Amino acid sequence: MPLHRKDLLGIADLSVEEINLILDTAVTFRDINTRQIKKVPTLRGKTVINLFFEASTRTRTSFEIAAKRLSADAVNISASTSSVVKGETLVDTALNLQAMAPDAIVIRHSSSGAPHQIAKIVKAGVINAGDGAHEHPTQALLDALTIRHAKGRLAGLKVAIIGDVLHSRVARSNAHLLTKLGAHVVLAGPRTLMPFGLEKLIPPGNGSIRFAENVDEAITDADVVMMLRIQMERQSGGFFPSLREYSIHFGLNKRRLALAKPDAIVLHPGPINRGVEIDSDVADGASSLILDQVENGVAVRMAVLYLLAGGE
Amino acid sequence: MEFTEKAVVMTAGDMNRVMARMASQIVENNPDLSGVLLVGIHRRGVPLADTIAAKIKEMDGVDVARGTLDITLYRDDLTTVADRPVINKTELPANITGKTIILVDDVLYTGRTIRAAMDELIDFGRPRRVQLAVLIDRGWRELPIQADYVGKTVTTTEAEIIKVMLPEFDETEQVLLVEPK
Repeated sequence: MPLHRKDLLGIADLSVEEINLILDTAVTFRDINTRQIKKVPTLRGKTVINLFFEASTRTRTSFEIAAKRLSADAVNISASTSSVVKGETLVDTALNLQAMAPDAIVIRHSSSGAPHQIAKIVKAGVINAGDGAHEHPTQALLDALTIRHAKGRLAGLKVAIIGDVLHSRVARSNAHLLTKLGAHVVLAGPRTLMPFGLEKLIPPGNGSIRFAENVDEAITDADVVMMLRIQMERQSGGFFPSLREYSIHFGLNKRRLALAKPDAIVLHPGPINRGVEIDSDVADGASSLILDQVENGVAVRMAVLYLLAGGE
Repeated sequence: MEFTEKAVVMTAGDMNRVMARMASQIVENNPDLSGVLLVGIHRRGVPLADTIAAKIKEMDGVDVARGTLDITLYRDDLTTVADRPVINKTELPANITGKTIILVDDVLYTGRTIRAAMDELIDFGRPRRVQLAVLIDRGWRELPIQADYVGKTVTTTEAEIIKVMLPEFDETEQVLLVEPK
Protein backbone atom coordinates (compact mmCIF):
# COMPACT_ATOMS: atom_id res chain seq x y z
CA MET A 1 0.00 0.00 0.00
CA PRO A 2 1.57 3.31 -1.07
CA LEU A 3 1.31 6.74 0.51
CA HIS A 4 -0.95 8.71 -1.82
CA ARG A 5 -0.40 12.21 -0.52
CA LYS A 6 1.60 15.31 -1.34
CA ASP A 7 2.08 16.48 2.24
CA LEU A 8 2.52 15.17 5.76
CA LEU A 9 0.73 17.73 7.90
CA GLY A 10 -0.41 15.71 10.90
CA ILE A 11 -1.12 12.28 12.33
CA ALA A 12 -4.85 13.01 12.67
CA ASP A 13 -5.62 12.34 9.00
CA LEU A 14 -3.29 9.34 8.55
CA SER A 15 -4.73 5.85 8.36
CA VAL A 16 -3.37 2.95 10.41
CA GLU A 17 -2.03 1.44 7.16
CA GLU A 18 -0.20 4.64 6.26
CA ILE A 19 1.37 4.86 9.72
CA ASN A 20 2.54 1.26 9.54
CA LEU A 21 3.93 1.81 6.05
CA ILE A 22 6.03 4.74 7.28
CA LEU A 23 7.25 2.76 10.32
CA ASP A 24 8.10 -0.34 8.26
CA THR A 25 9.96 1.77 5.71
CA ALA A 26 11.85 3.50 8.55
CA VAL A 27 13.10 0.12 9.79
CA THR A 28 14.93 -0.47 6.51
CA PHE A 29 16.38 3.04 6.63
CA ARG A 30 17.69 2.42 10.14
CA ASP A 31 20.00 -0.20 8.56
CA ILE A 32 21.41 2.36 6.14
CA ASN A 33 22.39 4.55 9.09
CA THR A 34 24.64 1.76 10.39
CA ARG A 35 26.48 1.23 7.08
CA GLN A 36 29.94 2.56 6.41
CA ILE A 37 28.67 4.64 3.52
CA LYS A 38 25.48 6.09 4.99
CA LYS A 39 24.09 7.34 1.72
CA VAL A 40 21.88 6.02 -1.07
CA PRO A 41 21.25 7.78 -4.41
CA THR A 42 17.45 7.60 -4.16
CA LEU A 43 16.59 11.33 -4.13
CA ARG A 44 19.49 12.53 -6.27
CA GLY A 45 18.60 15.85 -7.87
CA LYS A 46 15.77 16.59 -5.44
CA THR A 47 15.82 19.68 -3.26
CA VAL A 48 14.54 19.82 0.31
CA ILE A 49 14.12 23.20 2.02
CA ASN A 50 14.09 23.29 5.81
CA LEU A 51 12.14 26.41 6.73
CA PHE A 52 12.34 26.92 10.50
CA PHE A 53 10.59 29.85 12.15
CA GLU A 54 11.35 28.46 15.62
CA ALA A 55 14.54 27.36 17.29
CA SER A 56 15.50 23.74 16.72
CA THR A 57 18.67 21.68 16.67
CA ARG A 58 17.41 18.11 16.78
CA THR A 59 14.58 18.24 14.28
CA ARG A 60 16.32 20.51 11.78
CA THR A 61 19.58 18.54 11.88
CA SER A 62 17.63 15.30 11.67
CA PHE A 63 15.74 16.41 8.54
CA GLU A 64 18.96 17.73 7.01
CA ILE A 65 20.83 14.48 7.62
CA ALA A 66 17.85 12.46 6.38
CA ALA A 67 17.74 14.44 3.12
CA LYS A 68 21.49 14.20 2.60
CA ARG A 69 21.58 10.45 3.25
CA LEU A 70 19.03 10.10 0.44
CA SER A 71 21.30 12.28 -1.78
CA ALA A 72 18.83 15.17 -1.88
CA ASP A 73 20.17 18.70 -1.60
CA ALA A 74 19.11 20.25 1.71
CA VAL A 75 18.85 24.00 2.21
CA ASN A 76 18.27 25.43 5.68
CA ILE A 77 16.48 28.70 6.31
CA SER A 78 15.89 30.02 9.79
CA ALA A 79 13.57 32.94 10.38
CA SER A 80 16.16 35.02 12.22
CA THR A 81 18.40 35.18 9.14
CA SER A 82 15.65 35.38 6.49
CA SER A 83 13.58 38.14 4.94
CA VAL A 84 10.97 37.50 7.62
CA VAL A 85 12.89 40.01 9.73
CA LYS A 86 12.33 42.51 6.89
CA GLY A 87 8.58 41.98 7.17
CA GLU A 88 7.89 39.41 4.44
CA THR A 89 4.68 37.46 5.04
CA LEU A 90 4.60 33.68 5.36
CA VAL A 91 2.72 33.33 2.07
CA ASP A 92 5.20 35.53 0.19
CA THR A 93 8.13 33.60 1.63
CA ALA A 94 6.48 30.34 0.52
CA LEU A 95 5.76 31.63 -3.00
CA ASN A 96 9.33 32.82 -3.40
CA LEU A 97 10.68 29.47 -2.26
CA GLN A 98 8.27 27.73 -4.64
CA ALA A 99 9.73 29.77 -7.50
CA MET A 100 13.05 28.03 -6.84
CA ALA A 101 11.31 24.67 -7.47
CA PRO A 102 12.03 22.63 -4.36
CA ASP A 103 10.57 19.12 -4.13
CA ALA A 104 9.81 19.25 -0.43
CA ILE A 105 9.48 22.01 2.16
CA VAL A 106 9.89 21.08 5.81
CA ILE A 107 8.35 23.78 7.98
CA ARG A 108 8.26 24.62 11.66
CA HIS A 109 6.18 27.58 12.75
CA SER A 110 4.80 28.92 16.01
CA SER A 111 1.29 29.27 14.52
CA SER A 112 -0.91 26.21 14.29
CA GLY A 113 -1.94 25.61 10.68
CA ALA A 114 0.96 27.46 9.04
CA PRO A 115 2.15 24.32 7.17
CA HIS A 116 -1.43 23.67 5.97
CA GLN A 117 -1.63 27.17 4.52
CA ILE A 118 1.69 26.73 2.71
CA ALA A 119 0.70 23.26 1.46
CA LYS A 120 -2.27 24.82 -0.32
CA ILE A 121 -0.20 27.31 -2.31
CA VAL A 122 2.99 25.43 -3.21
CA LYS A 123 3.53 22.48 -5.54
CA ALA A 124 6.26 20.98 -3.34
CA GLY A 125 5.39 18.41 -0.71
CA VAL A 126 5.06 20.05 2.70
CA ILE A 127 6.16 18.28 5.87
CA ASN A 128 5.04 19.70 9.20
CA ALA A 129 8.00 19.80 11.59
CA GLY A 130 5.88 21.31 14.36
CA ASP A 131 3.16 23.96 14.17
CA GLY A 132 2.27 25.83 17.35
CA ALA A 133 0.51 23.55 19.84
CA HIS A 134 -1.08 21.54 17.03
CA GLU A 135 0.99 18.67 15.60
CA HIS A 136 4.52 17.34 15.22
CA PRO A 137 3.91 14.23 13.16
CA THR A 138 7.48 13.00 12.61
CA GLN A 139 8.10 13.16 16.38
CA ALA A 140 5.11 10.91 17.05
CA LEU A 141 6.29 8.55 14.31
CA LEU A 142 9.80 8.28 15.75
CA ASP A 143 8.32 7.75 19.23
CA ALA A 144 6.16 4.95 17.84
CA LEU A 145 9.16 3.40 16.08
CA THR A 146 11.13 3.50 19.35
CA ILE A 147 8.28 1.93 21.33
CA ARG A 148 7.63 -0.72 18.68
CA HIS A 149 11.33 -1.61 18.57
CA ALA A 150 11.52 -1.94 22.37
CA LYS A 151 8.17 -3.61 22.99
CA GLY A 152 7.44 -5.32 19.69
CA ARG A 153 4.01 -3.69 19.45
CA LEU A 154 1.91 -0.68 20.41
CA ALA A 155 -1.51 -2.29 20.82
CA GLY A 156 -2.54 -2.75 24.44
CA LEU A 157 0.35 -0.78 25.93
CA LYS A 158 -0.27 1.81 28.64
CA VAL A 159 1.50 5.03 27.69
CA ALA A 160 1.69 7.83 30.27
CA ILE A 161 2.26 11.30 28.81
CA ILE A 162 3.32 13.64 31.60
CA GLY A 163 3.78 17.38 31.78
CA ASP A 164 2.81 20.44 29.79
CA VAL A 165 0.15 18.83 27.59
CA LEU A 166 -1.51 22.21 26.98
CA HIS A 167 1.34 23.62 24.88
CA SER A 168 2.54 20.29 23.51
CA ARG A 169 2.18 19.41 19.82
CA VAL A 170 4.19 16.29 20.64
CA ALA A 171 1.46 15.14 23.04
CA ARG A 172 -1.28 15.79 20.46
CA SER A 173 0.41 13.95 17.62
CA ASN A 174 1.28 11.09 19.95
CA ALA A 175 -2.26 10.89 21.31
CA HIS A 176 -3.57 10.53 17.75
CA LEU A 177 -0.99 7.97 16.69
CA LEU A 178 -0.96 5.83 19.83
CA THR A 179 -4.74 5.52 20.01
CA LYS A 180 -4.96 4.71 16.29
CA LEU A 181 -2.54 1.84 16.88
CA GLY A 182 -4.43 0.59 19.92
CA ALA A 183 -2.43 1.93 22.86
CA HIS A 184 -4.01 3.32 26.03
CA VAL A 185 -2.92 6.91 26.58
CA VAL A 186 -3.07 8.48 30.05
CA LEU A 187 -2.30 12.18 30.40
CA ALA A 188 -1.22 13.90 33.62
CA GLY A 189 0.49 17.04 34.88
CA PRO A 190 -0.38 20.35 36.54
CA ARG A 191 -4.12 20.98 36.22
CA THR A 192 -3.36 24.41 34.76
CA LEU A 193 -1.58 22.67 31.87
CA MET A 194 -4.19 19.97 31.21
CA PRO A 195 -6.42 20.78 28.20
CA PHE A 196 -9.43 18.92 29.60
CA GLY A 197 -11.76 18.00 26.76
CA LEU A 198 -8.87 16.98 24.49
CA GLU A 199 -9.89 13.36 25.05
CA LYS A 200 -13.17 14.12 23.26
CA LEU A 201 -11.40 15.55 20.21
CA ILE A 202 -9.26 12.48 19.61
CA PRO A 203 -11.03 9.40 18.28
CA PRO A 204 -10.04 6.52 20.58
CA GLY A 205 -9.39 4.16 17.65
CA ASN A 206 -8.60 0.72 19.00
CA GLY A 207 -7.09 2.22 22.14
CA SER A 208 -8.24 4.81 24.65
CA ILE A 209 -7.34 8.21 26.02
CA ARG A 210 -8.03 9.80 29.40
CA PHE A 211 -6.69 12.24 31.98
CA ALA A 212 -5.39 10.81 35.26
CA GLU A 213 -6.02 12.36 38.69
CA ASN A 214 -2.30 12.77 39.28
CA VAL A 215 1.10 11.82 37.92
CA ASP A 216 1.56 8.79 40.18
CA GLU A 217 -1.71 7.26 39.02
CA ALA A 218 -0.78 7.84 35.37
CA ILE A 219 2.64 6.21 35.75
CA THR A 220 1.43 3.21 37.76
CA ASP A 221 1.79 0.05 35.64
CA ALA A 222 2.71 2.06 32.55
CA ASP A 223 4.71 0.35 29.78
CA VAL A 224 5.94 3.67 28.46
CA VAL A 225 6.50 6.94 30.33
CA MET A 226 6.75 9.89 27.97
CA MET A 227 7.88 13.08 29.65
CA LEU A 228 7.15 16.41 28.01
CA ARG A 229 9.45 19.39 28.09
CA ILE A 230 8.44 22.41 30.14
CA GLN A 231 8.22 24.94 27.34
CA MET A 232 9.78 27.96 28.99
CA GLU A 233 9.24 29.98 25.79
CA ARG A 234 5.48 29.40 25.88
CA GLN A 235 4.85 30.01 29.59
CA SER A 236 2.98 33.29 29.73
CA GLY A 237 3.26 32.90 33.49
CA GLY A 238 1.20 31.57 36.34
CA PHE A 239 0.81 27.95 35.27
CA PHE A 240 2.88 26.64 38.20
CA PRO A 241 4.63 28.33 41.14
CA SER A 242 8.27 27.43 40.49
CA LEU A 243 10.49 24.96 38.65
CA ARG A 244 11.45 23.42 42.00
CA GLU A 245 7.83 22.82 42.87
CA TYR A 246 7.18 21.46 39.37
CA SER A 247 10.00 18.97 39.78
CA ILE A 248 8.66 17.76 43.14
CA HIS A 249 5.06 17.26 42.04
CA PHE A 250 5.31 16.40 38.36
CA GLY A 251 8.93 15.49 37.56
CA LEU A 252 10.08 11.93 36.79
CA ASN A 253 12.43 10.59 39.45
CA LYS A 254 13.47 7.09 40.50
CA ARG A 255 10.65 6.76 43.02
CA ARG A 256 7.95 7.59 40.47
CA LEU A 257 9.49 5.43 37.76
CA ALA A 258 9.36 2.47 40.20
CA LEU A 259 5.55 2.69 39.99
CA ALA A 260 5.65 1.77 36.30
CA LYS A 261 6.11 -1.78 35.01
CA PRO A 262 9.62 -3.14 35.73
CA ASP A 263 10.46 -3.13 32.02
CA ALA A 264 8.95 0.29 31.34
CA ILE A 265 10.78 2.60 28.96
CA VAL A 266 11.24 6.36 29.35
CA LEU A 267 10.92 8.75 26.42
CA HIS A 268 11.40 12.49 26.08
CA PRO A 269 11.23 14.53 22.85
CA GLY A 270 14.13 16.76 23.96
CA PRO A 271 15.68 19.08 24.76
CA ILE A 272 15.50 17.89 28.36
CA ASN A 273 15.44 20.23 31.34
CA ARG A 274 17.50 18.16 33.77
CA GLY A 275 16.21 18.32 37.31
CA VAL A 276 12.90 19.87 36.21
CA GLU A 277 10.68 17.41 34.31
CA ILE A 278 13.20 14.58 34.52
CA ASP A 279 16.01 13.73 36.97
CA SER A 280 19.46 13.02 35.56
CA ASP A 281 19.62 9.49 36.99
CA VAL A 282 16.41 8.61 35.10
CA ALA A 283 17.35 10.44 31.89
CA ASP A 284 20.70 8.63 31.82
CA GLY A 285 19.37 5.38 33.32
CA ALA A 286 18.83 1.96 31.79
CA SER A 287 15.12 2.58 31.09
CA SER A 288 15.79 5.72 29.08
CA LEU A 289 15.57 5.47 25.30
CA ILE A 290 15.92 9.20 24.75
CA LEU A 291 18.95 8.85 22.45
CA ASP A 292 17.34 5.93 20.58
CA GLN A 293 14.55 8.37 19.77
CA VAL A 294 17.05 10.72 18.15
CA GLU A 295 18.56 7.84 16.16
CA ASN A 296 15.13 6.69 15.01
CA GLY A 297 14.28 10.28 14.08
CA VAL A 298 16.68 10.23 11.14
CA ALA A 299 15.25 6.91 9.87
CA VAL A 300 11.65 8.10 10.17
CA ARG A 301 12.39 11.33 8.31
CA MET A 302 14.21 9.42 5.57
CA ALA A 303 11.12 7.21 5.25
CA VAL A 304 8.80 10.23 5.02
CA LEU A 305 11.00 12.00 2.43
CA TYR A 306 11.28 8.78 0.42
CA LEU A 307 7.55 8.11 0.48
CA LEU A 308 6.52 11.70 -0.29
CA ALA A 309 9.19 13.36 -2.42
CA GLY A 310 9.74 12.62 -6.05
CA GLY A 311 7.12 10.44 -7.70
CA GLU A 312 4.76 12.41 -9.90
CA MET B 1 -3.72 -7.47 -14.85
CA GLU B 2 -5.04 -10.49 -16.74
CA PHE B 3 -2.66 -12.66 -18.73
CA THR B 4 -2.87 -15.11 -21.59
CA GLU B 5 -0.58 -18.05 -20.97
CA LYS B 6 1.48 -18.68 -24.10
CA ALA B 7 3.94 -21.39 -23.06
CA VAL B 8 5.45 -23.25 -20.14
CA VAL B 9 9.12 -22.29 -20.33
CA MET B 10 10.23 -24.54 -17.49
CA THR B 11 8.60 -27.10 -15.23
CA ALA B 12 9.67 -27.61 -11.61
CA GLY B 13 11.82 -30.53 -12.80
CA ASP B 14 13.51 -28.37 -15.44
CA MET B 15 14.20 -25.67 -12.85
CA ASN B 16 15.77 -28.18 -10.50
CA ARG B 17 18.05 -29.61 -13.20
CA VAL B 18 19.05 -26.19 -14.48
CA MET B 19 19.96 -24.90 -11.04
CA ALA B 20 22.05 -28.00 -10.35
CA ARG B 21 23.92 -27.29 -13.58
CA MET B 22 24.41 -23.63 -12.66
CA ALA B 23 25.69 -24.68 -9.23
CA SER B 24 28.29 -26.99 -10.80
CA GLN B 25 29.37 -24.23 -13.21
CA ILE B 26 29.84 -21.89 -10.26
CA VAL B 27 31.97 -24.49 -8.46
CA GLU B 28 34.00 -25.10 -11.62
CA ASN B 29 34.70 -21.39 -12.15
CA ASN B 30 35.48 -20.63 -8.51
CA PRO B 31 37.93 -23.19 -7.10
CA ASP B 32 38.12 -21.27 -3.80
CA LEU B 33 34.50 -21.22 -2.62
CA SER B 34 35.50 -19.70 0.73
CA GLY B 35 35.89 -16.33 -1.02
CA VAL B 36 32.49 -16.56 -2.75
CA LEU B 37 29.37 -14.73 -1.63
CA LEU B 38 26.03 -15.65 -3.26
CA VAL B 39 23.81 -12.57 -3.21
CA GLY B 40 20.13 -12.95 -4.09
CA ILE B 41 18.33 -9.89 -5.43
CA HIS B 42 14.89 -9.32 -3.85
CA ARG B 43 12.46 -10.78 -4.21
CA ARG B 44 12.79 -13.91 -6.35
CA GLY B 45 16.58 -13.94 -6.52
CA VAL B 46 16.72 -14.63 -2.77
CA PRO B 47 15.18 -18.15 -2.77
CA LEU B 48 17.01 -18.95 -6.04
CA ALA B 49 20.34 -18.11 -4.35
CA ASP B 50 19.31 -20.38 -1.45
CA THR B 51 18.57 -23.23 -3.87
CA ILE B 52 21.90 -22.82 -5.68
CA ALA B 53 23.71 -22.74 -2.30
CA ALA B 54 21.95 -25.97 -1.30
CA LYS B 55 23.02 -27.62 -4.57
CA ILE B 56 26.64 -26.57 -4.00
CA LYS B 57 26.47 -28.01 -0.49
CA GLU B 58 25.14 -31.33 -1.90
CA MET B 59 27.92 -31.46 -4.48
CA ASP B 60 30.91 -30.16 -2.55
CA GLY B 61 29.87 -30.13 1.09
CA VAL B 62 30.72 -26.41 1.26
CA ASP B 63 28.44 -23.83 2.88
CA VAL B 64 28.73 -20.85 0.57
CA ALA B 65 28.23 -17.49 2.26
CA ARG B 66 24.98 -15.73 1.33
CA GLY B 67 23.56 -12.25 1.28
CA THR B 68 20.50 -10.40 0.02
CA LEU B 69 20.21 -7.16 -1.87
CA ASP B 70 17.26 -4.81 -2.28
CA ILE B 71 17.99 -2.44 -5.15
CA THR B 72 14.93 -0.19 -4.77
CA LEU B 73 16.85 2.83 -3.48
CA TYR B 74 19.28 2.55 -6.41
CA ARG B 75 16.66 2.33 -9.18
CA ASP B 76 16.99 4.86 -12.00
CA ASP B 77 13.23 5.14 -12.55
CA LEU B 78 12.04 6.04 -9.03
CA THR B 79 10.93 9.50 -10.14
CA THR B 80 8.71 8.05 -12.85
CA VAL B 81 6.93 5.38 -10.82
CA ALA B 82 3.95 6.84 -9.00
CA ASP B 83 3.99 4.59 -5.95
CA ARG B 84 7.08 4.15 -3.84
CA PRO B 85 7.96 0.46 -3.82
CA VAL B 86 8.19 -1.35 -0.51
CA ILE B 87 11.83 -1.80 0.48
CA ASN B 88 13.14 -5.18 1.60
CA LYS B 89 16.17 -5.82 3.73
CA THR B 90 19.68 -5.69 2.31
CA GLU B 91 21.87 -8.11 4.26
CA LEU B 92 25.54 -8.26 3.40
CA PRO B 93 28.53 -9.15 5.58
CA ALA B 94 30.30 -6.16 7.11
CA ASN B 95 33.15 -6.38 4.63
CA ILE B 96 32.74 -7.52 1.03
CA THR B 97 36.11 -6.19 -0.13
CA GLY B 98 38.10 -8.92 -1.87
CA LYS B 99 35.13 -11.29 -2.20
CA THR B 100 33.87 -12.89 -5.39
CA ILE B 101 30.21 -11.91 -5.46
CA ILE B 102 27.73 -13.86 -7.51
CA LEU B 103 24.51 -11.92 -8.00
CA VAL B 104 21.45 -14.13 -8.42
CA ASP B 105 18.20 -12.98 -10.02
CA ASP B 106 15.27 -14.67 -11.71
CA VAL B 107 15.06 -12.84 -15.05
CA LEU B 108 17.64 -10.79 -16.94
CA TYR B 109 15.80 -8.25 -19.12
CA THR B 110 16.88 -4.60 -19.53
CA GLY B 111 19.90 -4.98 -17.24
CA ARG B 112 18.88 -1.98 -15.15
CA THR B 113 18.33 -4.03 -11.99
CA ILE B 114 21.86 -5.42 -12.28
CA ARG B 115 23.27 -1.90 -12.82
CA ALA B 116 21.54 -0.81 -9.61
CA ALA B 117 22.76 -3.92 -7.78
CA MET B 118 26.37 -3.28 -8.78
CA ASP B 119 26.15 0.36 -7.66
CA GLU B 120 24.80 -0.75 -4.30
CA LEU B 121 27.52 -3.40 -3.88
CA ILE B 122 30.23 -0.83 -4.54
CA ASP B 123 28.82 1.27 -1.67
CA PHE B 124 29.53 -1.65 0.66
CA GLY B 125 33.12 -2.21 -0.45
CA ARG B 126 35.31 -3.30 -3.34
CA PRO B 127 34.61 -6.89 -4.35
CA ARG B 128 37.37 -8.73 -6.20
CA ARG B 129 34.94 -9.63 -8.96
CA VAL B 130 31.21 -9.70 -9.55
CA GLN B 131 29.49 -12.44 -11.52
CA LEU B 132 25.85 -12.82 -12.49
CA ALA B 133 23.59 -15.89 -12.42
CA VAL B 134 20.05 -15.75 -13.80
CA LEU B 135 17.42 -18.40 -14.28
CA ILE B 136 16.10 -16.84 -17.52
CA ASP B 137 17.74 -14.47 -20.01
CA ARG B 138 14.92 -13.03 -22.12
CA GLY B 139 16.93 -10.49 -24.12
CA TRP B 140 15.96 -6.79 -24.69
CA ARG B 141 19.01 -5.38 -22.91
CA GLU B 142 19.19 -1.59 -22.50
CA LEU B 143 22.64 -1.62 -20.89
CA PRO B 144 25.85 -3.51 -21.76
CA ILE B 145 25.34 -6.25 -19.16
CA GLN B 146 25.57 -10.03 -19.58
CA ALA B 147 25.18 -13.04 -17.33
CA ASP B 148 27.93 -15.53 -16.46
CA TYR B 149 25.50 -18.35 -15.63
CA VAL B 150 22.20 -18.67 -17.50
CA GLY B 151 19.53 -21.25 -16.77
CA LYS B 152 17.77 -20.80 -20.08
CA THR B 153 17.76 -18.23 -22.86
CA VAL B 154 14.27 -17.43 -24.12
CA THR B 155 13.37 -15.41 -27.20
CA THR B 156 10.58 -12.99 -26.34
CA THR B 157 8.71 -10.04 -27.78
CA GLU B 158 8.77 -6.83 -25.76
CA ALA B 159 5.11 -7.21 -24.78
CA GLU B 160 5.58 -10.68 -23.37
CA ILE B 161 6.29 -11.30 -19.70
CA ILE B 162 8.31 -14.10 -18.10
CA LYS B 163 6.64 -15.26 -14.88
CA VAL B 164 8.98 -17.12 -12.59
CA MET B 165 6.81 -18.85 -9.98
CA LEU B 166 8.43 -20.07 -6.78
CA PRO B 167 6.86 -21.85 -3.81
CA GLU B 168 7.97 -18.97 -1.53
CA PHE B 169 5.72 -16.47 -3.32
CA ASP B 170 3.38 -18.41 -5.60
CA GLU B 171 1.30 -21.52 -5.39
CA THR B 172 3.41 -23.45 -7.86
CA GLU B 173 6.95 -23.83 -9.16
CA GLN B 174 7.34 -23.20 -12.88
CA VAL B 175 8.29 -20.57 -15.43
CA LEU B 176 5.61 -19.25 -17.80
CA LEU B 177 5.65 -17.07 -20.88
CA VAL B 178 2.54 -14.87 -20.72
CA GLU B 179 1.15 -11.80 -22.42
CA PRO B 180 -1.18 -9.16 -20.96
CA LYS B 181 -4.76 -9.53 -22.25
